[in-house]
Amino acid sequence: MNNTVFLHITRFISLVFLQVVLFNNINFSGYLNPYIYIMFIALFPVKNNRFIIIFLSFFLGLSIDLFSDTGGIHAAACVFIAYIRPAILKFSFGVIYEHQTIKFTTVEFGEKLTYLTILTFLHHLVLFLLEMFNFSEIILVLQKTLFSSIFTILLILIVTIIFSKKTK
Amino acid sequence: MQQIINFIIRNKNFLLSLLLFSISMVFTIQTHSYHKSKFINSANFLTGGIYNSINNFTGYLSLKSQNQVLAEENSRLKMLIFNSENKKDSTYLDTITYSGTYKFTLANVIKNTYSGANNVLLLNRGKNDGLKEDLGVISSKGIVGIVDGTSKRYATVISVLNTVNKISAQLKKTNHFGTLFWNAKSPYYIQLIDIPKIAPIVKGDTIITSGRSSIFPKGIPIGIIHGFKLDAAENYYEIDIKLFNDMTNLEHVYTIENIDATEIDNLLNKKVNE
Repeated sequence: MNNTVFLHITRFISLVFLQVVLFNNINFSGYLNPYIYIMFIALFPVKNNRFIIIFLSFFLGLSIDLFSDTGGIHAAACVFIAYIRPAILKFSFGVIYEHQTIKFTTVEFGEKLTYLTILTFLHHLVLFLLEMFNFSEIILVLQKTLFSSIFTILLILIVTIIFSKKTK
Repeated sequence: MQQIINFIIRNKNFLLSLLLFSISMVFTIQTHSYHKSKFINSANFLTGGIYNSINNFTGYLSLKSQNQVLAEENSRLKMLIFNSENKKDSTYLDTITYSGTYKFTLANVIKNTYSGANNVLLLNRGKNDGLKEDLGVISSKGIVGIVDGTSKRYATVISVLNTVNKISAQLKKTNHFGTLFWNAKSPYYIQLIDIPKIAPIVKGDTIITSGRSSIFPKGIPIGIIHGFKLDAAENYYEIDIKLFNDMTNLEHVYTIENIDATEIDNLLNKKVNE
């Protein structure tokens, strides 16, 4: 038990650190950054209390906000996806979720991709909507959401593949 | 009472989300007005310290290009000294031409962003170095932004690439002035509005700060006109400006303090109150 708590604390800190130091400075083609810190929310164990994950997501987002001077947009987006995560899980994994036995290392690739795509897309949509704070720029918001999501999903997949190989 | 408690217990996840979401929204809205983002900014001990140590390390990577920029500035300043007869053609970037009204402080940018809609820079100078709110920040090539929050050793700067920013600017050849804003599309271009239709505008003209506020002195270069069109009412121009500054590559900047700022502001406020 202590081991998993320690693992999640390490994951939390290292993801915030990596996001702030490395991934916020990629600026691919001017404005595209991957937000891979949402991996923490995506891969958080399903069995645990929802109360905890919503709380942790808030602090995850807030620490990113603190570093990037963005007010509360990351925190808001994180709380949003943490709250609707069960619905997305149910949609993408179907019956397995009902039995509460999902392990992210064992599920099928296609289902995992659906899950990550929906989660990332919703997170980025809320994030960029709040960042612009202006509905007249909706095209720009959607454009940023789309391209950043692709970037984020690719990176999350790469990272999960690399780290799952290591543990085997 | 029982039912209320039951309701809270049943919907505790939803209520918690709602609460945390509202807190984040409050923080977000605060950043959309000046000088309100007191809690969540990077000019504190922890984040400033981390960015400072990272910058100590990554600063070496851009050493060559930054040296080039400083060398260019040196050569321009040398040119100014040796051609000091025709001062009128020179830029206003040095303190000598202002007869001591403006105080310049050198600072390093230790965090730079330009990908979002509301970009904020972090400087490694703070209250201890005499920085305070509403000081202008420029680089050797042109304007960078305005100081927003300060801690003892660090300061945040609202970059010109920020949708909140409203800086007064004018044409270099005439005195028609307008307001700068950023449409969040490209870090190389910003927009100038409210220039009257009567102003003679040509592609390639230089835009400078107008000196109508006490933040920036008049004549700091901003950029050149890249394209322009009339607005919907056909009374004012909307101008795209290509920035002189490469906002994606900033290291050495100067903060400008107008020593007469309080005097000017007092005078203006007196006029308003009467």
